[in-house]
Amino acid sequence: MSVATDHAGPAPATRREAIRTPVPGWLVAAPMGLFWGFVLHIVGGVALTLVTGVAMTPAAGAAGLAGLVTALLIAWRPVAERTLPFLVVAGAVFLVVLFAAAFAAPYTVGLGTAPVGEAVVLALTAAGLVATLAVSLKPLTLGRQSRRTTETALAASLGIFGHLFFAAIVVLPFYVLLMTSFKTQQALIANPLDLSIDLSKGLGLFTSYLELFTTYDFGRYMLISFVVSSATVLICLAFAVPGAYAVARLDFPGRQPLSRSILLIYLVPAIVLVIPLYAVFSQLGLRNSLVGLLIVYPATTLPVAIYMLAGYFRGVPRELEEAGLMDGLTRLGVIRRITLPLSLPALTSVGLYVFMIAWNEFLFAFMFLDDPKIFTLSRAVVSLNSSEVPRQYLMAGAVVTTIPILFLFLLAERFMVKGLTAGGVKG
Amino acid sequence: MTATAETSARTSRVGPIARREARLAYAMLLPTIAIVMAIVLLPLAANIWISLKPVEIADLRPPALLANERLRGDLEAEGDEGRIQYRLRNSSRDIALAATTLTDTLPDGLTPFNVDPRCTVDGRTLSCDLGAFGPGERGEVEIPVRAGAAYVADPANPRDSEALTTADAPNVLTNLHFTFDNIRAVFSSDEFVNVLVVTIVYTFFGTAGAIVLGVAAAQLLNRDFLGRPILRGLYLFPYVAPVIAMAFTWLVLFDPFSGSINAMLSRMEVVGEPINFFGTRAVPVSIFGLEFGFPLALAMVIAFEAWRYFPLSFLFILARMQSIPTDMYEAADMDGATPFQKFFRLSLPQIVGIIAVLFLLRFIWTFNKFDDIFLLTGGAAGTRTLTVDVYYQGFAIGNLGAGAAVAVVIFVMLLIFALLYFRALPKEEGL
Repeated sequence: MSVATDHAGPAPATRREAIRTPVPGWLVAAPMGLFWGFVLHIVGGVALTLVTGVAMTPAAGAAGLAGLVTALLIAWRPVAERTLPFLVVAGAVFLVVLFAAAFAAPYTVGLGTAPVGEAVVLALTAAGLVATLAVSLKPLTLGRQSRRTTETALAASLGIFGHLFFAAIVVLPFYVLLMTSFKTQQALIANPLDLSIDLSKGLGLFTSYLELFTTYDFGRYMLISFVVSSATVLICLAFAVPGAYAVARLDFPGRQPLSRSILLIYLVPAIVLVIPLYAVFSQLGLRNSLVGLLIVYPATTLPVAIYMLAGYFRGVPRELEEAGLMDGLTRLGVIRRITLPLSLPALTSVGLYVFMIAWNEFLFAFMFLDDPKIFTLSRAVVSLNSSEVPRQYLMAGAVVTTIPILFLFLLAERFMVKGLTAGGVKG
Repeated sequence: MTATAETSARTSRVGPIARREARLAYAMLLPTIAIVMAIVLLPLAANIWISLKPVEIADLRPPALLANERLRGDLEAEGDEGRIQYRLRNSSRDIALAATTLTDTLPDGLTPFNVDPRCTVDGRTLSCDLGAFGPGERGEVEIPVRAGAAYVADPANPRDSEALTTADAPNVLTNLHFTFDNIRAVFSSDEFVNVLVVTIVYTFFGTAGAIVLGVAAAQLLNRDFLGRPILRGLYLFPYVAPVIAMAFTWLVLFDPFSGSINAMLSRMEVVGEPINFFGTRAVPVSIFGLEFGFPLALAMVIAFEAWRYFPLSFLFILARMQSIPTDMYEAADMDGATPFQKFFRLSLPQIVGIIAVLFLLRFIWTFNKFDDIFLLTGGAAGTRTLTVDVYYQGFAIGNLGAGAAVAVVIFVMLLIFALLYFRALPKEEGL
């Protein structure tokens, strides 16, 4: 196919350069092995520590050395002969070198502290290392390599590292959040590393949650948050639908500046509004009330809702609406019978997005609500942040606040993602 | 662009239909404009007003006439006499009250006599015009009463009906007393320069960090593989979850005494003393003999910002990457391009536009961010940004005027950013 060559490829100079660079394969494989031995052994040690609660200090230097040897071994073998049995041998070599270099104590505490766990994690580390190296070094041998082969190997390694990195930074906080909520204050202070879950406690694990819903009235706060968020969505959409339709479809003097200023208003931060609203709402008696929140939440989410909906309404074919007008429908009839039914997915996206903003909202709830009878979840969790309340209650409160919104997200991910991309410039 | 042409073409021939359409449009927009005016635009303007006023948070409770009511004398038999005594006090020590009134309902069966000249009784209703009360001034009203049969049979406490008072007092928010003290206090303090620098550093690195992480995540997921949809959902978690939950999780994770990170670092003998990640203003660092203080707490809140908002840039950049035609990459493969060449010479030029727009937008939003820093450090340890300063001045110190003055600074800077944004915004990115 000649199609491909028509596109702009790298300049000729680069192409020539790409064919051969003076980097020998061992110079790529060795640091790669060192790096992965080092990283994977630490990851294994940390995971082991978190699960067993026993502090394991991985002998990272020894693991780096072992990784280096393994990588050279793999690169030395011709590409076609890197079969599974060979890779098993490579894994064994890694373990042997690791044990030799670490004087038989890969986790310094000495084998036998948690023998099953250590054996499993070591096996996993070796397997992970060999798999990573086999994938990364796929086309690579010890001799001189083309730049493309070298970079492909590096890119593969980088990709695997990236996945590990993102999995760790995203999953770890949520794991810690959940596990801490099952602990007791004493256990937390006695061994902060023990994030394992003691299933033998059975229902006793949920003590914090029980306490939260009985003593701290979280059932009530959940209901309030749910009612406030839902009402915000309804009010917001009730205002936004006609507004967005007018901006998207109707002609009127001042339309252009108006649709511009919607985006501008959308950039105004809540903190700039909070002092005047605090002052005025205090004097009107709206401050310490849910009515106050139900005025502020829709007002602050309206610009984004209009912005998102107007974008969608513009995409509804004009012909359909004009046909409706021809058939004798009024404008309002067209909106109700044609535009809205066609825009249901957009309404869902906007609604979910507004719900999420209202559910997660912290500043106004914190500034306005003093009365524990009308706290929203966010406000209630902040009130748990005191030295008199055990930490695990705070974490359980955070879990209770997080689960509904994550559940909603997973349930309607498609719509949520659309809402996030359309409105996500804010946040 | 066609919409603009269409609009101008239509408005040039304004007929009755066009006029009706315009009227309908205004009617549909009116509720929105009204509520946005009241809750967004008016407060914006009010900030300037408040920033010029000497108003503290305690002033928001308007001064009032406090009344304390009690019944004196034993009223045990019909015809016994006693008196209902109202002790009055101006609640404010600084502000005078004018045209004060008192109204109350007398208990059933008590007949007032020799009523105070300032008061009148109509049936059981007592109403008094008490005139002016100086700052902190006290006063008293006494109503002598005689007990009737109904009272003796069922003695009611006069306090059962609350004595209501009204008073005219100058409203701190609406009077015309102005001052430049707030603005002077905000701008002349040494802290303010520091706050500005912290704000800019936080905003720049927070935004850049989120975008770099976003590009990396998008590059990772810009291939089809098993489990990609799951990962994409997972990567959005930090943004979707409530900020309070995430902030407290980080605080617990990095706690100097019971946090897992510190425990791990000290057990693995990386550090001797536990590190107070969110409470350390500066850690002395020396590189090549160059000594400086690394702002640890600031770096931590920046890391949190980058972590929490990378999902957004990730979403945008991934969407853009997936719209790059694959034949470009096939052609590059034919030509023997290396992976890094493909990324830097093909992908990056394609996403650089969206990155620029994202950067500007996220810059504005990071600049506006309050919750995250407030929950993590409360603005301590060198992390006080302008937004946190609004809270600090207005509510922690209680000087609403000074807080409003900082809010005005934020708003002015925001206007500049927004202008830049609209100038720089390439229309085709469609944000």
